[in-house]
Amino acid sequence: MRRLINRRPDIATRFGLMLVPFVIVIIVYMVASEARLSVNPNDKLLPGWSSISAAVERMAFQPDQRTGNYLLWTDTISSLTRLGIGVAIATLIGGVFGILQGLIPYWRATFNSFTAVLSMIPPLALLPILFIALGLGELSKVALIAIGITPFLIRDLALRTAEIPHEEIIKAQTLGASTWQIILRVVVPQMLPRLIDGLRFSLGAAWLFLIAAEAIASDSGLGYRIFLMRRYLAMDVILPYVAWITFLAFALDLALRLFQRVAFPWMFRGRA
Amino acid sequence: MTQVTVENLWKVYGDQTVLENINFTAEPGSFISLVGPSGCGKSTFLRMMLGDESPSRGRILIDGVELEDEPSPDRGVVFQKYSVFPHLTALQNVMLGLEFGGSPFLARLRGKKRRAARAASLEMLQNVGLSQAAGKYPSELSGGMQQRLAIAQALVKKPKILLLDEPFGALDPGIRAEVHDIMLRLWREERMTIFMVTHDLSEAFKLGTRVIAFDRVRTRPEEAKAYGATVTFDLKVDGKSVPPAPAEPPLKAAAQ
Ligand SMILES: Nc1ncnc2c1ncn2[C@@H]1O[C@H](COP(=O)(O)OP(=O)(O)OP(=O)(O)O)[C@@H](O)[C@H]1O
Ligand SMILES: [Mg+2]
Repeated sequence: MRRLINRRPDIATRFGLMLVPFVIVIIVYMVASEARLSVNPNDKLLPGWSSISAAVERMAFQPDQRTGNYLLWTDTISSLTRLGIGVAIATLIGGVFGILQGLIPYWRATFNSFTAVLSMIPPLALLPILFIALGLGELSKVALIAIGITPFLIRDLALRTAEIPHEEIIKAQTLGASTWQIILRVVVPQMLPRLIDGLRFSLGAAWLFLIAAEAIASDSGLGYRIFLMRRYLAMDVILPYVAWITFLAFALDLALRLFQRVAFPWMFRGRA
Repeated sequence: MTQVTVENLWKVYGDQTVLENINFTAEPGSFISLVGPSGCGKSTFLRMMLGDESPSRGRILIDGVELEDEPSPDRGVVFQKYSVFPHLTALQNVMLGLEFGGSPFLARLRGKKRRAARAASLEMLQNVGLSQAAGKYPSELSGGMQQRLAIAQALVKKPKILLLDEPFGALDPGIRAEVHDIMLRLWREERMTIFMVTHDLSEAFKLGTRVIAFDRVRTRPEEAKAYGATVTFDLKVDGKSVPPAPAEPPLKAAAQ
């Protein structure tokens, strides 16, 4: 027998194995749902497929009676807009400050401890302050997302920048580069894909902040909807919404990974 | 051609003396091989030549002028690793030096200037036998090709001094001989003063016009920290001399 660490599944087996945990979760859910519904047909906790699909039909494909909107889509658009703006601001600030902090000793001496302390502030604790200072509108939600992930992005990118081999920086100088030219032609192009990695790792947190902000004060959004539905114990809506949020998060991550491969081919070529 | 004078040079890290009392003058256009046991301070010496480290005592003069205390284009370098930029193709790696010189703000050339820089870079790639690999990224090149690329990249700026830190250490003997020939040819054509650190004595004597060894004179363990390495051996290589200046440099002045 070969050691377990040396036994590798082939591609078909891998695909099958990948599905196993998902199938198990679905089966366990169905069995449990069946069991509860057979005792009490009005049970709300684990709705059956029929009520879930009816809820999806209602939320996604029929206009809301009060507003005339297709709720799932308007919720999705408002949430993704908030997430997108917040994440874009954080990425911009994280990119600029992270590179400066990783590359310029005077900048690092000034801001290193400051960003370290900032990153220790629990962003959710700031939410009341943001609501008071910026109102209950879009601004405070976007601000929470941006504030929540920016310190991580700065620190992550500062570390990655400092990891650029010293030889490369010396070499660029012997080719006559100024600090600005080094940033532009040596550091930024190598840090963009790292920034995307940092972004991927912080997206989970960004979703958390989005949903928290929407749960507390909002009139649309995926987080708003699931917390609203909680009042009616409408698990048939909440469950598909959670699945949809999960799918969106997964798709965003995948899109970023694909973008990285297309935009930065040098990272994936050859033996590297 | 450039003369380098090292005067009473010391380097101390904390309480550890690495180099002490280094004195020599490198004739213009000479090819100096630096040898010595691991950890004796050869790379430290090159870093001081680069301006990446400053001497604890003493000074280094280039044509009689104390050298700038940061790296500059008159001193090119090839390290053992990480000498080329992984995000640029071979051609872009070589062109980069010309773009830094020709475009202070964007570091990118356009139009006629770009075509000139491209032609000069392609010629330089051809000099090191990498014409075929112009469009490849460093991760797609073998170790020997990467080192040749690093040489081309450094030479396109026409440095007065070239510093090589074990540049061929990782190459197999066949490729190494090939790169040696390229190196010697370029050295003659460009008339640079070269310092090359190597662990390979035959390489040191084959390429160098002069071989200088650094080593510790005092080797008792309790003295190890207080005393650094110094020049223990300094030999002109017989039958080799600085090549006479050709009437016109064969490689057109593409830099600057
Ligand atoms: N930044 C530093 N801080 C403290 N000590 C250092 C530093 N750089 C080098 N040293 C010490 O200086 C000594 C010489 O190092 P150096 O890298 O110059 O050796 P070397 O001759 O190039 O060795 P090798 O042949 O193995 O490359 C070593 O003992 C090393 O530990
Ligand atoms: Mg060394």
